[in-house]
Amino acid sequence: MKHTAALAIIAAIYASMAAAETVKPTDVAFENGAVKVSLTGQPGDPSAGRAVFANRKQGNCLACHVNTNLSEESFHGEVGPPMDGVADRWSETELRAIVSNSKLIFEDTIMPGFYVDSGYERPLDKFAGKSILTAQQVEDVVAYLMTLKEE
Amino acid sequence: MKLKPIAVLAALFTAAGAYAQDSNTLAIDGETFVTETAAPAHMENVDTIYSGWRFRSTETQALELDDFDNPAFVFVDLGLDLWDQVDGSEGKSCSSCHENVEDFAGLRAQLPRVENGELVDLEDLINECRTERMGAEPWKWSGGDMTAMTAVIGLQSRGMPMNVKIDGEAAPFWEMGKELYYTPVGQLDMACSNCHKDNYGVMIRADHLSQGQTNGFPTYRLKNAKLNSIHGRFKGCMRNIRAKPFKEGGPEFKTLELYLASQGQGLSVETPSVRN
Repeated sequence: MKHTAALAIIAAIYASMAAAETVKPTDVAFENGAVKVSLTGQPGDPSAGRAVFANRKQGNCLACHVNTNLSEESFHGEVGPPMDGVADRWSETELRAIVSNSKLIFEDTIMPGFYVDSGYERPLDKFAGKSILTAQQVEDVVAYLMTLKEE
Repeated sequence: MKLKPIAVLAALFTAAGAYAQDSNTLAIDGETFVTETAAPAHMENVDTIYSGWRFRSTETQALELDDFDNPAFVFVDLGLDLWDQVDGSEGKSCSSCHENVEDFAGLRAQLPRVENGELVDLEDLINECRTERMGAEPWKWSGGDMTAMTAVIGLQSRGMPMNVKIDGEAAPFWEMGKELYYTPVGQLDMACSNCHKDNYGVMIRADHLSQGQTNGFPTYRLKNAKLNSIHGRFKGCMRNIRAKPFKEGGPEFKTLELYLASQGQGLSVETPSVRN
């Protein structure tokens, strides 16, 4: 009897872990400028991330960052640093932290937190309570950035 | 404005902090305009102020050099028709009371200003005339009639230096505007200052970030082919950062307009200007 109860509890824990595989924006664990585990428990897709990077309604990362890998797209912004060789400068876990919420990494940065769903003022109704990117989109962008090597 | 990749790269390598696009001088009908001057003492960390004209492409800039080429003048003509048009219960037009529109020379450069304890804009003055003296309906803040009229009245101050009052009664309004200028809003969590103070002169995707000066408003934008009010432009900026815009003609936008106008002290009024 006792055994069955304990097994049931263990089973319930495993079930909840499976259901909670996507980390919520408020639960992202930043440690020493890095986020160690995938936000979805899944690896990112670099080609999907490349599209998110360029898409004006999604990452629109090109608005601020020059990226030679996307030279077929016109209008690369100059507000932030160029993305060429970004994977040589940062690790995957650091890039995950920077994309998720750069404000925790760089003081006074203009860069929005892309996986932040609260704390900002006066959002348009359709964006209220939402993050700019989904957890999977963050992972896809991180996987894409990891392909941008020069060395 | 089309930028070839090579131009982007060139800009990237030559950019050492913020810079203005070029050293073009703006002259309309032989009159030279101030598009660059020393920043007023109250501005923080900015030495030189530039008209938005300086950040536009050569093609866009050229449209403002001659009133025949300037597409805004179609709307100025519309505004001049409205000037003489009788409207409302009192059977009056603007010209019934104001003999010459030229008498408004200088007004645009001083607005917004405090009257009877309230901050008022050109749009407020026009609507006050319409409702109090003409017995007519007020115009919508950024409607076509209103922007045509603000263009006509603003044009009378063209070439004069921006000169808003920020001390005395205006001080608390100016402080409120300054506070808004530095307050991040929207899902993108950005303040006006992030782009227009810290990053003017650089490209944000296809846009060349300006200082957000107000001296050319209402401005004809190639983007929407009409005259745009200052408050209408604020709304567009707020939507871009996914923020719920404040109300046109409301206290937030009026105080922000005063703060921005004060950042442009000394720049020539360019109304009606041409921008992207």
